[in-house]
Amino acid sequence: MPTLADSFMTALGLISSADPDLLEIVGLSLRVSLTAVLIATLVGLPLGAGLAVFRFRGRGALVVLVNALMGLPPVVVGLMVYLVFSASGPLGVFGLLYTPTAMIIAQSILVAPIITALTRSTISDLLGEYDDTLRVLGANRWDVVGTLLWDARFSLATALLAGLGRALAEVGAVMLVGGNIDHVTRVMTTAIALETSRGALPMALGLGMILLALTLILNAVVIALRSRLEAYAHG
Amino acid sequence: MIKYIFFATALCIVSPALADRPILLVQSTTSTQNSGLYDYLLPIASVALDLDIRVVAVGTGQALSNAERCDGDLLITHARAREEAFVEAGFGAARYDLMYNDFVLIGPASDPAGAKTATSIAEALARIAVTNAIFVSRGDDSGTHVKELSLWDGIADVAAASGHWYRETGSGMGATLNIAIGMGGYTLTDRATWLAFENTGTHEILHEGDPALFNQYGIIPVSAAHCPTVNSEAAEALTAWLLSSGQAHIAAYQLGGAQLFFPNTE
Repeated sequence: MPTLADSFMTALGLISSADPDLLEIVGLSLRVSLTAVLIATLVGLPLGAGLAVFRFRGRGALVVLVNALMGLPPVVVGLMVYLVFSASGPLGVFGLLYTPTAMIIAQSILVAPIITALTRSTISDLLGEYDDTLRVLGANRWDVVGTLLWDARFSLATALLAGLGRALAEVGAVMLVGGNIDHVTRVMTTAIALETSRGALPMALGLGMILLALTLILNAVVIALRSRLEAYAHG
Repeated sequence: MIKYIFFATALCIVSPALADRPILLVQSTTSTQNSGLYDYLLPIASVALDLDIRVVAVGTGQALSNAERCDGDLLITHARAREEAFVEAGFGAARYDLMYNDFVLIGPASDPAGAKTATSIAEALARIAVTNAIFVSRGDDSGTHVKELSLWDGIADVAAASGHWYRETGSGMGATLNIAIGMGGYTLTDRATWLAFENTGTHEILHEGDPALFNQYGIIPVSAAHCPTVNSEAAEALTAWLLSSGQAHIAAYQLGGAQLFFPNTE
């Protein structure tokens, strides 16, 4: 059994030597997951706010659906995206299978419901607070969506972080659609799975520590940025 | 602002074209990757053939089904009957013997079933079945799983024992080894994966050398008639290389002083 110390030393060794393979894998992980979160944000923020503000038939069912989709199993999303982009699938002609693009698409599908649902919940709470005021001011529903999204911008950072956490942590989808191809589609989580299957447990756990540290840093950056901007906005 | 966000997103999505070398996608069994053979062999082949060789390492069953869907140009697998059926069905252009090694039975050094003193793999498995010692199976339709099931034939009804002493992981070789070691169970593995495996615990090879444990690897270029999108030229080029000058490189690959794969093309 590998001791934590072994793994920690492995991780330190990789970092201090700026291992080129490690940098490549970390870089791809960041590129894939950050892009997926960006796409999911562009979809999820307006969709979530719209769900909170507009009243229409089937809204309740839609809210339940979006909330449930937060629990989408990555391996199922991976399988669906694989079948769609497979050479014999409907979108096979694009040749996207086993590319980072396919991984971004799969992760966007995983993250979008999380951002949508958390945005809806945040905006819904705000709406309860401000709805009357906004009505008195004569704001139409679209104005309300815009105003509340702007007002909630700092709280919504948490929704983005939740989405980013999901994207960086999942392995099931990127393994299936990316194929864990060395120097092409290998990311942190698939590298960890590979090292585990080689029985190289200290290396696998070391990579896990680096991934955790990375997530920690990203969260710290977002929180720091948020409080800076918040102080600026209110100051 | 929004315009820039879209622009940045588009930039991130579109992969920069890094290499203009032709891409060859290999659907492969895992043992050839886990043992480090590809890390050694493919850079040599890439240079010799000027190809960008990409490997998706999954079990033999999944490799064959991915290739049947045209998601690959070349197959390297180890389940002869399946491979011949694949070519027979028109999915593969042809099948060639590439190399061989052997399967080994591993288990805890304490060997509760007494497999070590068995004179054949059949006897070793029979002892495991009789003593209800834990046997961990791949259960994933891989080449190793197919071989393992053929070995049980006539010895024990493993389907009936599944969930009792016979445990199917439905996972790759590495994951199955980790589980077998965690449970103190026996399992069948190809020798290359075992020799490259680092988390061996107190497990060791308990039976080896039976002719029934022979492990033949085959190579199949995917049929262009079945998959028009396939890169046949590259697949044929790597096949020809592996069956000629590549054979010496396969033989030269060693791990811990042991040769892992033995080239044996006709």
